Parts: sequence; C-alpha cells; structure tokens
Amino acid sequence: MAKLTIEDLKRIKEQTTKATALRQGDARVRITVHMGTCGIAAGARPVMSALMEEMAEADRQDIRVVTSGCMGMCSSEPNVTVEVLDTEPIVYQHMDANRMRQVFRRHVLLGEVQSDFALAKI
Amino acid sequence: MRELSLHILDIAENALTAGAGLISIEVAESSPEDRLQITIRDNGRGMPPEKIRSIDDPFVTTRTTRRVGLGLSLLAAAARRCEGDITVDAAPGRGTEVTATFRHSHIDRAPLGDMAATLGMLIMGNPHVDFVYIHRLDDRDFTLDTRELKRELEGVDLSDPVVASHLTESIRRSLKELASGGSTLQTREKENGQADD
Repeated sequence: MAKLTIEDLKRIKEQTTKATALRQGDARVRITVHMGTCGIAAGARPVMSALMEEMAEADRQDIRVVTSGCMGMCSSEPNVTVEVLDTEPIVYQHMDANRMRQVFRRHVLLGEVQSDFALAKI
Repeated sequence: MRELSLHILDIAENALTAGAGLISIEVAESSPEDRLQITIRDNGRGMPPEKIRSIDDPFVTTRTTRRVGLGLSLLAAAARRCEGDITVDAAPGRGTEVTATFRHSHIDRAPLGDMAATLGMLIMGNPHVDFVYIHRLDDRDFTLDTRELKRELEGVDLSDPVVASHLTESIRRSLKELASGGSTLQTREKENGQADD
C-alpha cells in the first residue's frame, strides 16, 4: 500500500519546524475564503491555493485563513473577505489566483484596500 | 464543476458543516469494470430520511439561510450523465455516506482533477478534523491518514500554510506516481533514464 514516503514526512518536518514557531498570539488579520458550492464551482480552490502559497512565503504569525460557506452572493463568487483589526471588513469579488496574490500583498501586508476588486464594506 | 475533485471538496465541506470529526474519502478506479467510484463517509450528524429521498431536488436543503442546496444534486446529475448513479446512506446521529459512480470512459465524465489541492485545503483548513484518503487504481493504491500523519510529524501544525504547501506537493507527487503505474523506485529509475537521454 503506497503512502507518503518516510523521506517526504521527514522533509516536511525539517522544513517546517525551523520556519514556523507555532502561530500563537492574537490574529491581526483574518482572511475568509467563501467555499460554498457556488464558490467552489466559480474557482475558490485556486484562490485558496494561491493564498496558501502567499501565506507560506510571507511567514507571518498574525494572519489567519479560514473557509466558510456561501454568503448569498453567488453571482460575485469567488468571494474573499479580509478583516484587518480595527478596520472595516472588505469583501472582494470575482477573485482569481492573481487577484488573491495582489490583495494579499497590498491589502493584507501593506494595508492598501484594493477597491477595484472590492464588492462592499461590511 | 469542471473536476470531480471539486465535487469531493464540496461534499466534504457539507460533512464539515455537519460537525464531522473524521471524514474518509475513497476514489476507486477500475479498468476491467470501466468504473470510477467516489465514496465520502463522515461521522457528522447525518440526514433525516426525507432529505435523502430528495437529493435530486435542488430546492431541498438542510441549510436555513436559503431554500436551495446544489451540492448533492449537482453530483447526482454528474454521475447519472455518465451512466452512473448516486446513493446516500445516512441517519440522524450516525453520519452520512455518499457514493457516486461513473462510467470511467464516458465522454461526459469530468477528470478527477487536482485531488492534492482538495486534500491539502481540507487538511489545512480543519486541523481538528481527521481525514482518510484512499485512492485505488486497479490493484494499486495510495493511502493518506491524517491520524498517522499527526503521529509521525508530532508537534507539527498541519494548519500551517508552509506545512500544508509541502504536504500538498507530496500528495500530488504520490498520486502522480500512482497514475504512472509504478512504485517510487520505478518512477525514479524512469526519471533518471530520461535525464540521461
């Protein structure tokens, strides 16, 4: 029965223990990827994959990524909500991998709301 | 849905919403039978019988926010389009098992797609839920069990994006090896051979 090889597991462990000293403390930013049926069908998974890569690269301890269900705005999916502490949550619409990267680098890391992709403030 | 792995992600999200602590996903591909079967089993809160009877009806849903639910009915339609079928076995409190079959060679059958991305995402997003993935391809198979993984990688946080990226890559490589039909060793030999050319 094939499994992940021992080398795979060892490598994962080596590369991660040094890179990430447990994400503790309070989150400053929360990013929600809406993954209902509508979001998934519209392309939420590549958005989430891009976000995972950006997160891995940025290696910031104060950012949380969560998924949620449909929020009732199926026609603007994939939607992503970015909540930065002490600011209004912004819902982004029609996201794709590149837009996600831009929102992550500009809004999440630098605080510049990307109003071109924004659907609404909540 | 363009990929079956997206249907799987969707049904697994349902299982998570149902409060499951263990979700097992099995993909079985059989060439002699020309069949592809997907089974998603969870130990969540299950469904009442009247909901199961009406899985084809997109206007029946357990959600309370709106009156349409598309996930299961989309999968049912996809399976039936490919000379397959869907069965849902569930009872309140006992969890749910969804089985969808497809004729493997049917022209309308969507490709399985990026199963590694689906799994990586589920594992990263839900560190308190365990996942078992079994992929059978005729007489070969691949198994991933996050309970074992957590034991082997003691102390490593699977919800960490760095870990999740590596894990997704490893799964992707393993599934590629499974599809290419050889053990790790044979695949490496093949790669080496190509490098020499």
